[in-house]
Amino acid sequence: MVIDARKCLKDEGCTDCIAACDKAHNVPHFTERAHEVKWIWKEPFDRAFPDQGSRYTEEAFRDKPVLVFCNHCENPPCVRVCPTKATWKRADGIVMMDWHRCIGCRYCVAGCPYGSRSFNWVNPRPYIKPLNPDFPTRTKGVVEKCNFCEERLAVGKLPACVEACREKALVFGNLEDPKSEARQLLRTRFTIRRKPELGTDPRIYYLV
Amino acid sequence: MRDRELIIGGLVVFLAVITFPVWYNLAAGSTAKPPEVKLPTTEKTCVAPTEYMRTSHMDLLITWRDEVVRQHNRTFKAFDGKSYTMSLTQTCMKCHTSKADFCDRCHDYAGVKPYCWDCHIDPKLVQRSAGGASTDERSWALRVSRRLPSPATPRWRSWPAAARQGEPQGPRAGPWSSMRGSA
Repeated sequence: MVIDARKCLKDEGCTDCIAACDKAHNVPHFTERAHEVKWIWKEPFDRAFPDQGSRYTEEAFRDKPVLVFCNHCENPPCVRVCPTKATWKRADGIVMMDWHRCIGCRYCVAGCPYGSRSFNWVNPRPYIKPLNPDFPTRTKGVVEKCNFCEERLAVGKLPACVEACREKALVFGNLEDPKSEARQLLRTRFTIRRKPELGTDPRIYYLV
Repeated sequence: MRDRELIIGGLVVFLAVITFPVWYNLAAGSTAKPPEVKLPTTEKTCVAPTEYMRTSHMDLLITWRDEVVRQHNRTFKAFDGKSYTMSLTQTCMKCHTSKADFCDRCHDYAGVKPYCWDCHIDPKLVQRSAGGASTDERSWALRVSRRLPSPATPRWRSWPAAARQGEPQGPRAGPWSSMRGSA
């Protein structure tokens, strides 16, 4: 996935992709911040890219919201630490979760350097409105994260966030395929990734 | 045999007491009847023969679950050659429309509590609660926008009014404001 950070910043208050994702995946909205469950959200630039932010960060990016979600790393630490194989890397690169198998140990939450994983401290069902019957909710004691709309890709649809974006700032494609739209876009401009120095090889690229 | 009356009387009382539940149920007309499930009218055949489904639907569902989640295979080839999408809520519930009239009747009778429904959603449940769905839209947008970094940071250009309404007054210590220090 390639994200055009400048296009995304055209309307800083826009939450179309977040709302689309939350609706598609029954992501709960808790009033208590400590219980927060996030799949896709916005983070200030300096926090999304701690290695990039400096005292002299360009005004165009300083403290500006950057769209962040699971990076579907090539070398995912969450997968390495999961004791039950409830999360694993699929052949196509998606870091998938099996909520049936998650025992809620939260090793993956600790392992993920991007904060992409959320734990359900309470039963999320009452905090989901409206419920989408085509996608399961989670239960208390289960970790969840972005699944790259695996259920939509399986039926030939684009991820919900990509589809919802008015600015077409999110481009989904096969990074292994040199002809894919994502790869073509990567050739056009300089891109950054979140915390690549950690060796996770994140697969979300940001055009800056 | 001087105690004949006592012994026979005692036996009668004993038999009456021990068979009391039978008489009681017969009198009350509540003898254990097998559950009556409502069968779908739209389709004649299920994804597997009835006998197999009756005894082993749970095994089939678990196989489906593992196939879909772990093998990302979503198509099931049924015994009669038909193909089905492996989905509890979309395939099973399309015909067996009522969880209460089908699943629950048998599960209640057998005293089993499957945890499928802790996560998977009974489509009927949504229809019932969807009465005022459209009125939720505004609060939905409000909750989504609350997720954005705290508007206490003055540099944010513009915030939707809805996001500001629900926020407490005064500078709010977001989780990042302390971490960013004086930068």
